[in-house]
Amino acid sequence: MASALSTGAVAFREARTGVLQQSQDSVIRQFRTNVDAVAADIPPAPSQAHLQKAVAQVLQANQSQGRRVLATYGSLRAYAPSADFDKLSPELRRSVDTKRAAVFQRVNADGHPYLIVGMPVTYNSGAGTESRLSGMVMYLVVPQNTEQAYVEAMVTAIEHATLVALGLAVVLALLAASGVLRPVRALRRATRRMAEGHLDVRLVVNGSDELADLSRSFNHTAAALELSVAELRRLEAQARRFVADVSHELRTPLAAMSAVTDVLDANTPHLNRDTGEALRLISEGTSRLSGLVNDLMEISRFDAGAAELSLDEIDLAEFVQHTLAARGWQGQVETHLPRPGVLRTRVDPRRLDVVMANLVGNALRHGAPPVRLTMGVRQERADVAWAVIEVTDNGPGIAKEAMPHIFERFYKASTTRTRSESSGLGLAITAENVHLHGGRISAANLPGGGAAFTVELPLHRDIAAADHDSTADAR
Amino acid sequence: MPRVLIVEDDPDVRKAVQLGLRHQGHDVFAAATGEEGLEQLHPFRPDVVVLDLMLPGMSGLDVCRRIRDRDQVPIIMVTAKGDDIDVVVGLEAGADDYVVKPVRARVLDARIRAVLRRQDASVSDAVRPRAESHGELVIDRAGLVVTNRGEPVALAPSELRLLLTLSASPGQVFSRQQLLEAVWEHSYYGDIRLVDACVKRLRGKLGELGGDPRYIRTVRGFGYRFGSP
Repeated sequence: MASALSTGAVAFREARTGVLQQSQDSVIRQFRTNVDAVAADIPPAPSQAHLQKAVAQVLQANQSQGRRVLATYGSLRAYAPSADFDKLSPELRRSVDTKRAAVFQRVNADGHPYLIVGMPVTYNSGAGTESRLSGMVMYLVVPQNTEQAYVEAMVTAIEHATLVALGLAVVLALLAASGVLRPVRALRRATRRMAEGHLDVRLVVNGSDELADLSRSFNHTAAALELSVAELRRLEAQARRFVADVSHELRTPLAAMSAVTDVLDANTPHLNRDTGEALRLISEGTSRLSGLVNDLMEISRFDAGAAELSLDEIDLAEFVQHTLAARGWQGQVETHLPRPGVLRTRVDPRRLDVVMANLVGNALRHGAPPVRLTMGVRQERADVAWAVIEVTDNGPGIAKEAMPHIFERFYKASTTRTRSESSGLGLAITAENVHLHGGRISAANLPGGGAAFTVELPLHRDIAAADHDSTADAR
Repeated sequence: MPRVLIVEDDPDVRKAVQLGLRHQGHDVFAAATGEEGLEQLHPFRPDVVVLDLMLPGMSGLDVCRRIRDRDQVPIIMVTAKGDDIDVVVGLEAGADDYVVKPVRARVLDARIRAVLRRQDASVSDAVRPRAESHGELVIDRAGLVVTNRGEPVALAPSELRLLLTLSASPGQVFSRQQLLEAVWEHSYYGDIRLVDACVKRLRGKLGELGGDPRYIRTVRGFGYRFGSP
């Protein structure tokens, strides 16, 4: 569109210049001829009558509507047919007085354009010598109405032509744009839907241009992606089922081994040293294997999405005391708990027991005393509060490079932790249990040394009263 | 010497559990199938049945229901799955307790002794008045007989003990944890599923499933209490 406009503008300017130049050239040429013709009859010091005669002569030769002629010599001036020469600018006069050639100027008076030509009359004193200024100058004023009308007509014509071309260009541009934009928009919608997880989205392919090509390759990509995602999901499901199956199959031999470990343990002291040691190793290995299999089963339950919350409203302080007491840890853990009855919330007690037992157990095993357990409430907003449970120890803390991975499965934080009875799944299961409650878990090192594990559980205090008791009535 | 009937299909596990429990001082008879277990119930007269949940042929659940139909012997369910749903289904079929495989003989022994102790404890409650009436429900603490609308109600040991515990203090609210400790002697959180499943079973036997229970009432977010209608 812009190029059409600029092309139009350039063409117009060329044409306008051409029209004006041509008329101007012919006027000047004719005027020069006329002036040369009268110059021969003019004496070196012409009188008013001489001037008047020359003017009349030139005007006659330039018979045309609205032309006026003026002759000056010193203070003398003669003109025809009228004295209206106010359009003569001083610059033009000065220019004519000093030059030997014709000087012209285009002026605009009262909305009408005029061409004013000034021509000095010169004497030719002989061949080879320069012509001499006589001091007499003749002026010609030519109205250029015709030329202007011509230019205006041209402008109108160009305007019309440009408007039509512009309209046509706009229509064409719109057509082309919609032809391009519609498929592009469809492509954008499709990519957005694909990002939302709808991998079955496909585009309708029209025509055979680049956009159709693009649509076709989008469809190919989507199909390939859908295929590989399906394959990945299948493999993942297979891997999960494999873990569940293996863990399950391991249970039967383990059940047999576990049942007799007590018999072995009881008899170890009465056997010779090597046999006793061998039996002790088998017994320990069996109990570690049992723990691992139980953890694997728990993890595969989370993976299968089969882990369900069995919620009950309990007093968290009382609950933690129970957890510690059940494992004989009361004396080993410093507790800072709220008074009973203060911190009640709905949790799955069995799962929270696993969480607390794991964190305290880890602190006792890997950290150094004193192990502290503190519990409090953090009010986030007026309607959102969290129960914050923190377990800290005074041990070496968690290695910096291990920090981002400690909640991953089978991640062993340090070499000192590899030789322990834990399966490497404990913290992963702990985190899963906390997340199942809609809670958060984090680990950090204390400034003075030692590790701190923080569990935040959403407090459902007000909701609990309105909610019905699902655990008792749902079954 | 407690007499234990083990129903377990895997020969190695069967032998190992037999060995382990004998070592703990039990008189053990092991059956390989549910059918064999049911056949041995009368000749062997066990004090407690240790029942595997997954059995070929007749499933552990069916065996559990069949035993409950004609006998009040305590049943400890051994489940290889341990998913909540498996445990709850087993408990609702009438098991008094459950353990998840693999289990050490010592743990199993502790569970067996606890179940047996609870039975004895129920009997020792006999110092109370012979029979109390709660609406149409009559509880004979000495004879350990419960009748509803004149009909005797067959209750498993854990159900009976739960009912006796709750009805001993009508109106008092018991938390699930309190009930767990009083009835099952478990001292840590983890098995409130036992309480809920047992309450459901008890309500079913008292004919008040669905609708508003008259005797065992749920205290929202806390536990249960016994109320006379």
